[in-house]
Amino acid sequence: MISFFTSHSKLFDQLAINALLALSLSVCLQAGQLALAQAAFMGIAAYIGAILAVSAGLPLLPCIAIGALASTLAAMLLALPVRGLRGVFLAIATIGFGEILRIVANNLKLTGGGEGLSQIPSDANTFVIYGALIIVCIALYLLSRTKFALAIALTREDETAARGVGVDTAGVRFWTLALGGAIAGIAGVLYAHSNFFITPADFGFGRMEQILVACVIGGSTSAIGAVVGSIVLTLLPETIRFLADYREVTNGAILLGVVLFAPQGIAGLWRRAKS
Amino acid sequence: MLLQQLVNGLVVGSVYALFAVGYTLVFGVLDILNLAHAAIFMIAAFATYALVAAGVPLWLAFLGGCLLAGLVGIALDRVAFAPLRRRNAGTLIPLISSIGVSIIIGAIARGIWGIDERHFPNALGDAPPIHLGAITVTTVELVTFGAALALMLGLSYVLRATALGRNIRAVAEDRVAAVLLGVDLEKTIAMTFFIASALGGAAGILTGLHYNSVTVDMGAGIELKGLAVIILGGMGSITGAVVGGFILGAVETLSVAYISSNWRDAIAFGVMFLILVLRPRGLFGKRALRAA
Repeated sequence: MISFFTSHSKLFDQLAINALLALSLSVCLQAGQLALAQAAFMGIAAYIGAILAVSAGLPLLPCIAIGALASTLAAMLLALPVRGLRGVFLAIATIGFGEILRIVANNLKLTGGGEGLSQIPSDANTFVIYGALIIVCIALYLLSRTKFALAIALTREDETAARGVGVDTAGVRFWTLALGGAIAGIAGVLYAHSNFFITPADFGFGRMEQILVACVIGGSTSAIGAVVGSIVLTLLPETIRFLADYREVTNGAILLGVVLFAPQGIAGLWRRAKS
Repeated sequence: MLLQQLVNGLVVGSVYALFAVGYTLVFGVLDILNLAHAAIFMIAAFATYALVAAGVPLWLAFLGGCLLAGLVGIALDRVAFAPLRRRNAGTLIPLISSIGVSIIIGAIARGIWGIDERHFPNALGDAPPIHLGAITVTTVELVTFGAALALMLGLSYVLRATALGRNIRAVAEDRVAAVLLGVDLEKTIAMTFFIASALGGAAGILTGLHYNSVTVDMGAGIELKGLAVIILGGMGSITGAVVGGFILGAVETLSVAYISSNWRDAIAFGVMFLILVLRPRGLFGKRALRAA
């Protein structure tokens, strides 16, 4: 087991980063917002975290702090113009936002264009990455015990009714997007600081699809589900040798199977089994 | 120079429009965003390429590609959307299952054809270009534009003047009322998917011919651009998709000519974002924005 762990430490790092990304989307989905800009928030923080380390020699922790702050601000800026959009319209607008940022990163000198940035110090080790994941999980757990969590659930289930009982639904939508941006930003800096180089393609629509798939497989309205979904999606093709060659088909089939047969995701199956 | 760019834009735009018409037809009838539309676009181009490479005449291969695309569309509905329709799953879940199908189709295509680029053998590119004053048009461009236009006019006729078209419009307007009035819902939806996917497939084949290049990733670019087109035109509006497609084609070609090719795609998504924020109904969308 220990040798499996050490020989696959890269995989475990990846797993925690994917879990953070899924959590960042889960926060938005829990408020009923299909906002698909998480990969873009991740990219903003990844680039800022990389540039600060490469050209200013900043250590990891300030990189995470500044990167996550920037992605949070970006999420807040995005939240304002899209505040009137719901459902697929919100999804499309946020996808468009992500694509614009990807094209900008492809064309700027600062971001190294399509070739991206390299020589990023690989100082985000497994302990740091899992430390970040645990801190985010604790923070989300504490949040889930507040009144705000109730407001989030009410906004998701019925926005009009939630407003009727005095929930500030606009505030819920704004702050969940911002929180999602912050978590995606942490994941982005960790990604940059554990991968040596980054390119704009790392943060495109393909990445966004992966994040969405992890959330839905786990159960789109639960934080635990998001983590479980990331674990399944990252480990399944690696542990079952036979599936490794068919990774994409497997992902597609799992996704389809969950959507059709377990609409509440793996977390929903668990809840159903318990009750 | 400007006139020539506009002609080029018209050709590119006709393919965008054809692709977007199928996208928006499914949305108009079922309120779902079918993200597997681009995978069908790609699979039709490959099927046509395989047929042409096997010696089938181009026009027949074109029809074969469209037919396959239509059938894949029906299968897509049966597998990914029909079960969800029965349990009223909302808009997020069908969107996700269509991503699942598109991942599977892409992986199968990669398995069969690999990642290499294919070229049509003796495609229409060999014919000499036609000069009209200052404008030069190649045969391939004429065929692309003509076929796209003919297919869109054909769709407009079917929707306006046939029993099937009336059923499709009725289901789009009010599903429950349509069923009460005797419309066979599942059959109408299956035909909607057949038509939408065959048109999306035709757009893929024409794109493959126009650039004389077919790859398994060819759908990636148009998937999101098609979204920009239907947002610009107004979700669910066929006229809007056509007009939006031509506008995007023209704007893109002009931006390549006068600004820079690097920023071409940013313009499409910039326009899309602005339209969503400022006028979510788009140019021709009748329905106001709804909560989903």
